Amino acid sequence: MVSVTVNGRRHDIDVPDDTPLLWALRDELGLTGTKFGCGMALCGACTVHVDGQPVRACVTPISAVASSKITTIEGLATDRVGRAMQAAWVDLGVPQCGYCQAGQIMTATALVKSNPKPTDAQIDEAMTGNICRCGTYPRIRAAIKQAAAQGGAR
Amino acid sequence: MSAAGTRAEERPLQIANVSADAVSRRQFLQGLSAAGGLILAAGFPGVARAADPPKYGRDGMPNGWTDDPLVFVSIAPDGIVSIVCHRSEMGQGVRTGMPMIVADELEADWKRVRVVQAVGDEKRYGNQDTDGSRSTRHFFEPMRRCGAAARTMLEAAAAARWGVPVSEVQARNHEVVHAKSGRRAGYGSLAQAAAAQPVPARDTVRLKDPSKFRYIGKGTLKLVDGPDITTGKAQYGIDTRLPGMVYAVVERPPVYGGKMVSYDATETMKVPGVLKVVEIEPSDGPAHFNPLGGVAVVGRNTWAAIQGRRALKVVWEDGPHKSYDSAAFKSEMEAAARKPGKVVRDHGNVDSALAGASKRVEAEYYIPHLAHAPMEPPAATVRIVNGKAEAWACVQSPQAARDLVAKRLGMSADDVTVNVTLLGGGFGRKSKPDYVVEAAVISKVMEGKPVKVTWTREDDIRHTYFHTVSVEHLEAGLDAQGKAVAWMHRSVAPTIFSTFVAGAKNEAALELGMGVINVPFAIPNVRIENPEAEAHTRIGWFRSVSNIPHAFAVQSFVAELAAAAGRDQKDYLLEIIGPPRRVSPESLNDTWNHGESPDLYPVDTGRLRRVVETVAREAGWGRKLPKGRGLGIAAHYSFVSYVATVAEVAVNDQGEIRIPRIDIAVDCGATVNPDRVRAQMQGAAVMGVGIALGSEISFKDGRAVQGNFDTYEVTRMAGAPREIRVHILPGDYARPMGGVGEPGVPPVPPAICNAVFAATGKRVRRLPIRDQLKA
Repeated sequence: MVSVTVNGRRHDIDVPDDTPLLWALRDELGLTGTKFGCGMALCGACTVHVDGQPVRACVTPISAVASSKITTIEGLATDRVGRAMQAAWVDLGVPQCGYCQAGQIMTATALVKSNPKPTDAQIDEAMTGNICRCGTYPRIRAAIKQAAAQGGAR
Repeated sequence: MSAAGTRAEERPLQIANVSADAVSRRQFLQGLSAAGGLILAAGFPGVARAADPPKYGRDGMPNGWTDDPLVFVSIAPDGIVSIVCHRSEMGQGVRTGMPMIVADELEADWKRVRVVQAVGDEKRYGNQDTDGSRSTRHFFEPMRRCGAAARTMLEAAAAARWGVPVSEVQARNHEVVHAKSGRRAGYGSLAQAAAAQPVPARDTVRLKDPSKFRYIGKGTLKLVDGPDITTGKAQYGIDTRLPGMVYAVVERPPVYGGKMVSYDATETMKVPGVLKVVEIEPSDGPAHFNPLGGVAVVGRNTWAAIQGRRALKVVWEDGPHKSYDSAAFKSEMEAAARKPGKVVRDHGNVDSALAGASKRVEAEYYIPHLAHAPMEPPAATVRIVNGKAEAWACVQSPQAARDLVAKRLGMSADDVTVNVTLLGGGFGRKSKPDYVVEAAVISKVMEGKPVKVTWTREDDIRHTYFHTVSVEHLEAGLDAQGKAVAWMHRSVAPTIFSTFVAGAKNEAALELGMGVINVPFAIPNVRIENPEAEAHTRIGWFRSVSNIPHAFAVQSFVAELAAAAGRDQKDYLLEIIGPPRRVSPESLNDTWNHGESPDLYPVDTGRLRRVVETVAREAGWGRKLPKGRGLGIAAHYSFVSYVATVAEVAVNDQGEIRIPRIDIAVDCGATVNPDRVRAQMQGAAVMGVGIALGSEISFKDGRAVQGNFDTYEVTRMAGAPREIRVHILPGDYARPMGGVGEPGVPPVPPAICNAVFAATGKRVRRLPIRDQLKA
């Protein structure tokens, strides 16, 4: 049994300690917004925030985050920057299939929270771990800039 | 349209227009290659013609089409209009675009429109294969008529209520108005009466004048799934959750055609959370859409199943393809490409023209296998209750999934429901519903419990229906002025048909018609040959299909000829395309023509020229660039659309390549949602960059070497062009539309390699480029 705090709620989950956070979120808590993409921290689809930092849930044992605050895409709208990011994504029509976009938004939000005016090179560096097979990168870049320009004001 | 509160699904079947011909063809194709052939139906017009008059476009697809408003539209008393989308959403925007067409003709207020996803039921909805860049061009007209017919029924209901002639009322923005008396009635209040009105005869339905479109062609509506996607609520195939559900992963034969000899699950059963191990029978002969077989591990969650599979010991018999080796196979294909092969087009006399040429140019190109690698790997959930099966799956072909599940479970297709989720990418992989069948087989063993099968990334990359591998051998003769007078192209590639027909070794009409024979160049002597190639893995279609290798070879070779003639690449490309003319596909020996009528869809060199001229102008062709930078151009006709691309590349002294900018000009005819056309072209540029620079699947000892994104390289943010400019040529709604999802990709890799040549003088003939420019 492991206890975790996700989106402000405490949950007891009956899984082995080494179970990746990803599968605990998806299969045990029903929070399927966090996606499986590679299982090896290569694609970023499973990105969540652990104490505000972007973390790949697919390689994070649940026991390692038992005392942390976890935020998933389902809980992101409580954050000002997160909300601005989601709005920019919709406004600019970023998603194609949309599958990777939760991870993209989580990474982008963490970037702008730590660096309110990221340069193109900083966007590249922060975002290059998040694969989008549909190729929405130009719009992701534009949406990050739009959300940043608004200072997360929405 | 259905009356208040009635769900569209509960209405009796309304089959408006399913031709007997489509049915007989379908049966024929089933006889040829079981359900797998359905998807390829449009590949057999020549065969169909022997028995039936030719059917093209939407008429030629299995189960045809319908424009019946009772099937697609329902209106609730509160005025909410529900419109069914019968095609699968995989990022192309079809769930926004298709209902938008209906809503526009219906004069519906988009804010009061809801989109309902159709289950797999082609008898009801018409063809649902979301494939071949066909949805919009096949369903634009039926969806317009569907919306217009529903609008007519609402107007008739209002006129009857008010006792006025129907000619005096008009539907406008979700209400019907009688201008003379100032009366108005909202759609909700009219729904029940409208549903009782007769559906107007097709030829009496008045369509809007395109100048009156509110949504079509504007690109102003937001994606219907945007809010759900950005908040994590969107439901993909992998997200299905049902009470009592269990989770499975499958260990499959590592070599195509391999079989399990034995397995030992002792350690597997000790893994916490593992519930059961289930054998899955492979199919004999070609794979079709059947499971590869193997052993499934079922657990209480996905991780338990994955851990259990890790502990499984399986002994395999690798079978006939156990020594498939990409390096050796490349040599084999090269040998084949250097000898005469089956002649598939022969015009003039290539041999004498080559012999008499002032200059001869010869080149050979290699394009490796690719894996689709959609970000959502294949996943499906099936449960069986009271002899009926229900699936939730990310499928491009829900009817094929339904038929195959029924066949495998020994049920009637009427007892199988396939619910279509969002697809986290498709790219052709999810046209093949083998993973749905796997879930059905396991559910049956688990006494009908809901079972979700998830493919891990390694499962996906190692066991996909691979894009073919090819060697393209070209020879040309130039006259004293540098003009091409002879063109000889030998294309060698394992065919998709090998997955359906044992022993198939030649490219089929649909592969040859993807840019190898239907190249409309103004060259008097042309011979195209197709030497045989054996398939040693499961070959399938990947976004843009054979256009990728063909366009890479043809458009690289045109640039090589330009260089040999000492001419500007763009000028030479226009010269070789020749003057504007409408070329009959049949005159190019193309019996396929992407399934479309040769009369409605000739190969129009004027349109091909226009995209070349447009992209050259917009990209600033000829502009001065610093050292190490270059521009390259390529143009390609595919999926009855015309696309030209200019790539700007930068190669540094270390041979590292960047692609700062790509321009794409597209002529796909008139557009429904130009914003999504732009998005598809942006995505095509990014995918094309990956194909050019890094993506490769290779085989060793029969096994795919790559397994995840560490070894299978795809484009990432830092490697994507910073700037992608899309130039959409204006179209006319009265003329046939072209495809959008696929035609953007093929010109990108040759444009990049042509730009590399301009930047460095190095000619790349083997993809991916990877470190070929280093030292």
